[in-house]
Amino acid sequence: MPLQTPPLRGVHDDDGAKFTEFGGWDMPVEFESIRDEHLAVRTDVGKFDVSHMGEIYVTGPDSTKLLQRLTTNDVAALEVGDSQYAAITNENGTIIDDTVIYRLPDEDEAATYLFIPNAGVDEAIHERWITYRNEWELEATVDNMTDEYVMFAVQGPNAAALIDTVADEPITDLSRFEARNVTIDGVECWTGRTGYTGEDGFEFVVPWNDAEMVWSAIDCQPCGLGARDTLRTEAGYLLAGQEFDQESNPRTPYEAGIGFAVALETEFVGRDALEQVHEGGVEEKLVGFKLIDRGVPRNGYDITNTDSRVIGTVTSGTMSPTLESPIGLGYVPVEYADPGTTLRVIVRGQSKKARVEMTPFIDTVQ
Amino acid sequence: MNFDIPADRRYQESHEWALETDGVVRVGITDFAQDELGDVVFVELPDEGDDVSQDEEFGVVESIKAVSDLYAPVSGEIVAINDELFDAPELVNDDPFGDGWMLEIEPADADELESLLSADEYEEQIA
Repeated sequence: MPLQTPPLRGVHDDDGAKFTEFGGWDMPVEFESIRDEHLAVRTDVGKFDVSHMGEIYVTGPDSTKLLQRLTTNDVAALEVGDSQYAAITNENGTIIDDTVIYRLPDEDEAATYLFIPNAGVDEAIHERWITYRNEWELEATVDNMTDEYVMFAVQGPNAAALIDTVADEPITDLSRFEARNVTIDGVECWTGRTGYTGEDGFEFVVPWNDAEMVWSAIDCQPCGLGARDTLRTEAGYLLAGQEFDQESNPRTPYEAGIGFAVALETEFVGRDALEQVHEGGVEEKLVGFKLIDRGVPRNGYDITNTDSRVIGTVTSGTMSPTLESPIGLGYVPVEYADPGTTLRVIVRGQSKKARVEMTPFIDTVQ
Repeated sequence: MNFDIPADRRYQESHEWALETDGVVRVGITDFAQDELGDVVFVELPDEGDDVSQDEEFGVVESIKAVSDLYAPVSGEIVAINDELFDAPELVNDDPFGDGWMLEIEPADADELESLLSADEYEEQIA
């Protein structure tokens, strides 16, 4: 299957980007240097083209009911201009995908939503919504808009000051997870105070054909998916396909540390299974760790206890540009999950000492 | 993109360079290789006194995004390693043909060096 191409591919190429395949998309992985881009976001501001993310639009009299039943958080609690993080789970309570749901202004008096599935799964998620809508005989329109909108993230302690200078409307009064329409260079963008870096910042949903105007107007360090990955790893955020995966690593939200996004008082697919997990507790959970010995942990490496027994697997790992030390995430039995616990990570056959750490690894915006 | 390819040394298809001086072959990775890798954060090297064979893995270089094996351009005994790279792996990015060198080999067979690519041949490979 040919790779999907973001509309700004040529612009990124002119900016010296290197590209990588991600979720079926040909996306910039690095412009100057992952470290420089990462540090720009931690200390100043950087912009990301995240057009590989999906956009699914839901409206109609039963839109709230449909989303409520297919995501783990309490969609009914959202007012216009609110957003929330949620998981999409199977009957058995394991995560299919994680997403942010925005409540848009009402359409024809019906509650209207935009939610953001991960790269490459927008079609499957769209189909899931249609299938359940039909099965439950709900009145809702579900449109996959992934090829009509791009998404940009502008992140960093100076993001608000920068966007304030280019937006027609005020934006500094937006609270975390609030969203509204904001005009940039004449283009109306759905703008949420959200992100995936642990820093303050904004995410913009922009009409495909207006992408370049908005991207150019926001003048700061362009960043690739490489920095996006190191930033989210430091923040302890999940990456689809690594911290959860229906085939290779099925995990419940409780194991993955996102129990805060599960509203058991609502009805949704997977709820009953999750109630049992919630009552019985988890056997394994996602932890952060630092490597004490020299080396870099990577996805797929074994985690052992100090008796060399394999007890888990690294799901993400990198050299942290902020901390200048090797960090990782992985699932271990709960008896090994307390911060300070000594673990070992097998790096190319060599056992390296590691220590469980609190996540996020860095101070993040709340 | 233009990459440095000094003509004073030989190259491997796997992007190591080899420079012979007074009977000792110094080894590192090329400007092209460091650029492909991006920020180098970790280098794993063998011990002095170890023997390596031509095309055998002798170590690993890791950037933030990638792990890459290193292959010996010639056979012989390792007589020096650049242990500065353990604390300053970024030298591989900053000066791949100079301070970012990785090890020195006392070659067992001087002819092996001749089997490697010339600068022109390597330039063609990465073009």
